Amino acid sequence: MLILSPARRQRLDALRAEIRTIEAIGRAEEREYLPFGIAEIDQRLAGNGLAAAALHEVAGAASGLNDDAAATLFTAGIAARRAYDGRTVLWALRRHDLFAPALAQVGLPPRQTLYAECGRDEDVLAVMEEGLRHGGLAAVVGEVGRLTMASARRLQLAAEEGGITALMLKRWRRSNEDPLVLPSAAVTRWRIACVPSQSLPVAGIGRPRWRIELARQRGGGPHQWIMEGSDAEGRLALPAEPLRRSAAADRHEVRRAA
Amino acid sequence: MALAAARGLVLDLDIRDAEPGADAAFLDRLGLFAARRWTPRAAISGPDGLWLDLTGVTHLFGGERAMGIRILHFCRRMGFTARIAIAGTAGAAHALARYGAEPILLYPSGREADVLAPLPLAALRVDEEILSAAHRLGIDRIGELIAMPRGPLNRRFGKSLLARLDQALGWMGEPFDPIIPEEAPSATLRFAEPIATAEAIDQVLGDLMSLLTARLESQGMAARILLLRCERVDGQNQQLAIGTARATRDAGHLLRLFRMKIEQIDPGFGIERMQLVAHRCEPLGPMPIESELTGRKLDHDLAPLIDRLAGRLGSRRIFQMGALESDVPERSVRRAAPLDRIEEWPSQWPRPVSLLSPPERVEKVMAELPDQPPIRFSWRGRMHLVRKADGPERIYGEWWKRSGEAEAVRDYFQVEDETGARFWLYRRGDGVDNRTGDHDWYLHGLFG
Repeated sequence: MLILSPARRQRLDALRAEIRTIEAIGRAEEREYLPFGIAEIDQRLAGNGLAAAALHEVAGAASGLNDDAAATLFTAGIAARRAYDGRTVLWALRRHDLFAPALAQVGLPPRQTLYAECGRDEDVLAVMEEGLRHGGLAAVVGEVGRLTMASARRLQLAAEEGGITALMLKRWRRSNEDPLVLPSAAVTRWRIACVPSQSLPVAGIGRPRWRIELARQRGGGPHQWIMEGSDAEGRLALPAEPLRRSAAADRHEVRRAA
Repeated sequence: MALAAARGLVLDLDIRDAEPGADAAFLDRLGLFAARRWTPRAAISGPDGLWLDLTGVTHLFGGERAMGIRILHFCRRMGFTARIAIAGTAGAAHALARYGAEPILLYPSGREADVLAPLPLAALRVDEEILSAAHRLGIDRIGELIAMPRGPLNRRFGKSLLARLDQALGWMGEPFDPIIPEEAPSATLRFAEPIATAEAIDQVLGDLMSLLTARLESQGMAARILLLRCERVDGQNQQLAIGTARATRDAGHLLRLFRMKIEQIDPGFGIERMQLVAHRCEPLGPMPIESELTGRKLDHDLAPLIDRLAGRLGSRRIFQMGALESDVPERSVRRAAPLDRIEEWPSQWPRPVSLLSPPERVEKVMAELPDQPPIRFSWRGRMHLVRKADGPERIYGEWWKRSGEAEAVRDYFQVEDETGARFWLYRRGDGVDNRTGDHDWYLHGLFG
């Protein structure tokens, strides 16, 4: 890794801040961010959270259905946190294979979820854009296989104008074609994989654990974390590793009390 | 007759409760049908009859008798026994239909007094009180009443009896309260010169819409389904339909929905008449104008968005998912129309985010009977070693819905393999009794 002198780092930081203001089209101060509530993630994100009025892409790390399911739940968790105030989430499906009770279990109640079964990628994009421009939704989720740069830019613009979070769930089309390889106008791009969860001291199964990879983000660098999957309010959590179990356990207590 | 007595006479008597409300509603519908099909003037007569004013319509059905026979046939097809009397006055027709001898009776006007004379007084639509008083005086037939002097009758029974008698005999007019079938609100424009361009159609559509919304507003109604009919010069008709999630008369919104479909109109050699019909309406009071000036934060209504998406995809493809009362996972969800009220799922048992339909059979399963989770299984050609597992969650077949599931049992296990992937497996059968299932293993869903 390149070691930077303090002066150089300062200059780079200043440049980055300048670029960020240019990218925000002159309304940087109005921007709203959705923090994950976990310092380890938030401090790595430009703006200390997910930009609320922007396009974000999520994909499974491998072509299996399991990583896809994890990516779906990760997305649903973000949408659920945006829908906390009772607004509705529009979910543009390509085929209807979602099991709605599971979404309710990560904090997205059925009354706040509206599904649109689109069939084709073009319709998914059109439905998403319509939803973003409406301006009254909490978030718009879409499932596509491929997203061209032009349509991603359209969605990003619509998200900015409507002030709505656009979440793009990218499906693997072929097992050797990573959906996040192609360039895109999305502000952040995430890759989710299932990893073995922590063994419980008793028989049974604990909270799922995911490897969350921030593959790209505008105005920041990539990173990856191991996190515990979405809870009933769509929040991730730091795994309670044996080394710092007490600290993490304390955190957990605080969260529960809050 | 008392019910017990009737049962004594007929052993297997089919007994139903009377439903006067439902009967009246059906009679209303029949009256509406009559007003649309048989005569422009039809009215409800008591709880069991219809009046049809046949003045000037019988020739359309081949004369009075032919029309009567036709109506009787119609009623028989509907499953009713009907009687028809055609007479010069409403009162006489009423009496003859109920107390006459044959199912169809035809009497020319002017002879009411002779025809009604042998009928009982009850045929005159008078109160029970008057009937019993008349019976005490020995007056049973209408003929006896006609023969009596009017002055004492008036003093003895009051005006109503004489009024009914005069109405039946045609000496006194009778008000008639016809059923008026409601026409769907519509707006029509004809053109001197046929139009064919999309711009012209769009322009006309805008004009029609403002006419129709003004009409709807004056009636306090709003549209759920709108039809646009275009009549072409070659006699072909083109029709477009839009539906809305909630009743609305917002012209801009409705126009936007039509514009999404306007390209489907094929004008051919030109359109000479366009009609916009509010096919289905619902009452809607005056609406406040939403604006920032009211100081309230604008509440974004979802209905316009739903309408636009439904216009693009079809209304069945915009939906909510609600709960059904069933423990069997694949039967516990239902599609509901947007903006409908739906129920949430009560259980907090783990449910997979993607449910395989149908469940896929897994092979090479190693599991201890009766209730241990599998140790390994093979799905889609790959072997998975189970590291962690939870279960079983036992779900019984719904014997009250399907007889084949009378003893069926599924034992569900949530398992995690060596890579951290989580599966929802079930075994058919309880692991002990072969009648509950064949103990094969299936993969039903995947957790994230």
